Amino acid sequence: MDVLGNYKSAISARSTDKDITRKSQDGGIITTLFAYALEEGIIDGAIVAGPSDEPWKPEPMVATTKAELLAAAGTRYTISPNLYLIKEATRSYGLDRVGIVGVPCQIQAVRKAQVYPIGMRDVDDKIALALGIYCMENLSYQALEAIVEDHCNQKMESVKKMDIGKGKFTVYTERGAVSQMPLKLIHKYVQPGCHVCLDYVANLADISSGSVGSPDGWSTVFVRSMKGNAVWDGAMAAGLFETQPMDQVKPGLDLVKKLATEKITKNQKHVDERKTIGLKADGTPKGLRNPYESP
Amino acid sequence: MADKISIGELHLSGCTGCLVTIADNYEGLFKLLDDYADLVYALTLVDVRHVPEMDVCLVEGSCCLNDELSVEELKEARAKSKVLVAYGACAAYGNITRFCRGGQWNQPAHESFVPISEVVDVDLYIPSCPPCPQQVRNVAVMAYLLLKGNDEQKQLATAYLTPLMQLAQRGNEACGCDLMYDVINQGLCMGCGTCAGTCPVRAVTMEYGKPNVNRDQCIKCGACYSQCPRSWFNFDVMNNYEGIMGAIKGAMQ
Ligand SMILES: Cc1cc2nc3c(=O)[nH]c(=O)nc-3n(C[C@H](O)[C@H](O)[C@H](O)COP(=O)(O)OP(=O)(O)OC[C@H]3O[C@@H](n4cnc5c(N)ncnc54)[C@H](O)[C@@H]3O)c2cc1C
Ligand code: SF4
Ligand code: SF4
Ligand code: SF4
Repeated sequence: MDVLGNYKSAISARSTDKDITRKSQDGGIITTLFAYALEEGIIDGAIVAGPSDEPWKPEPMVATTKAELLAAAGTRYTISPNLYLIKEATRSYGLDRVGIVGVPCQIQAVRKAQVYPIGMRDVDDKIALALGIYCMENLSYQALEAIVEDHCNQKMESVKKMDIGKGKFTVYTERGAVSQMPLKLIHKYVQPGCHVCLDYVANLADISSGSVGSPDGWSTVFVRSMKGNAVWDGAMAAGLFETQPMDQVKPGLDLVKKLATEKITKNQKHVDERKTIGLKADGTPKGLRNPYESP
Repeated sequence: MADKISIGELHLSGCTGCLVTIADNYEGLFKLLDDYADLVYALTLVDVRHVPEMDVCLVEGSCCLNDELSVEELKEARAKSKVLVAYGACAAYGNITRFCRGGQWNQPAHESFVPISEVVDVDLYIPSCPPCPQQVRNVAVMAYLLLKGNDEQKQLATAYLTPLMQLAQRGNEACGCDLMYDVINQGLCMGCGTCAGTCPVRAVTMEYGKPNVNRDQCIKCGACYSQCPRSWFNFDVMNNYEGIMGAIKGAMQ
């Protein structure tokens, strides 16, 4: 499969809802689509990364109103185990149509839960909308803290927004300060599990979105599945997005493709290297487990 | 119908939850029985006393070594079935029967319960306690395609069933600790939360994005590990999720 996965269309887009774009990370694609799907009864609720007691530490939550979606908008560059609510959403919350957002590996987990519902009773046909966000790598909360507090010299609780782009990790504070650090210094903090990840743009989502490829404040959107197509067309018809053709925006799809290729090539190499990480007594290679080959 | 496959359920030391799970497919069960499979052997559902020849045998429950009949029936089922499935966590991993140490009310001497693979060779695992109705349905449809389908369908069914067959090769012990041994220790966990979401007894919580297992609570069902996308992930099957789910849905209509 292509590094960008299967998709029906790629568009540069931005939400027309100012309440959303004020809070969202990029073009507000995810929050707008969930709000639309709630309104239309396509979903009864969505699993998103909600706020928690600690600054910038997300806590998965089931949002059933636009206000809750808004409270969870924006990116937290640390792990939010959204899948832990997937069965719960159909049980305690009683949802028949579940929306879920996740980074590519989480969308992979959603599809595995549907195709191989081993411990996921009555979940497979209740996933009504799986939205993906692009992801190069993710950080543990402690790693994020080290980056913000040690490298960028800002207190976690004073940060208004964090952003990754143009080779830098940027922190904006409530009082207007801007601190940056080069992205390449972040790599040593990345959680090890990300080094075997072979998906950049959430290939298995119904619709996936990220900032890369589009101008600031806009998002690059891949509409992928039949379900995704129907939802996207509906949201467009309702006037929820302004759009530009992908081939007319800068830096465009080529950059998305370049980054996806880089990530996948690098990580594939890592997966291959794991095969021969050590040597047995007789000198033959001793390897680590490859999750893509067998359990 | 001649082109149906035959399926049976051999009931060993289990709670019947797995059997009930088959029925939890509701009208889907009738569809399976109408078009794809004859149920040739099953406790209370089929009036057959002795283990017959069958294509697929689902074995529920672990095997009590102190119960001669269980051992004999299991061996007989192995000899008479093309595909033997450890159906549910007790058969695959022992599950709660791992905690048996005798002293039951009417059979005090029954105290040694082992996963069935300690007695016979097993072809395929369907873990979890209980397994999910949809997973049994998917395996039944895929087994049908494997045995009765055209070349393309055989290929799909093989790809689909392979990881479940590999689980049977992997071993007969599983608990939440496997997340530690085979996922986190191996540098593979990325904190998706699936393990915590899937655990039937809520023994797994997510602490700062990584799973923490309450080992006293874990019943050794193996669901968390087999559902984890980093225990195994087959791109050829999962990348075609729309087609596969469509095919299964189509088959059940
Ligand atoms: C770890 C990480 C790495 C990323 N890397 C890239 C990248 O390399 N290139 C790129 O273009 N984009 C990347 N993104 C995606 C980008 O930051 C935005 O999330 C995306 O563009 C969506 O913006 P939006 O305005 O459409 O969504 P919004 O309307 O702001 O909604 C974002 C949604 O994502 C959820 N969310 C927030 N944080 C997390 C999280 N940690 N885990 C799961 N869900 C979460 C929120 O709850 C919300 O529902 C990354 C995101 C994360 C979390
Ligand atoms: S890089 Fe891959 S494994 Fe890591 S968080 Fe992102 S999608 Fe998940
Ligand atoms: S399911 Fe696997 S990858 Fe996901 S959090 Fe649990 S152990 Fe980690
Ligand atoms: S932690 Fe839960 S899901 Fe995992 S084996 Fe134990 S009981 Fe089963």
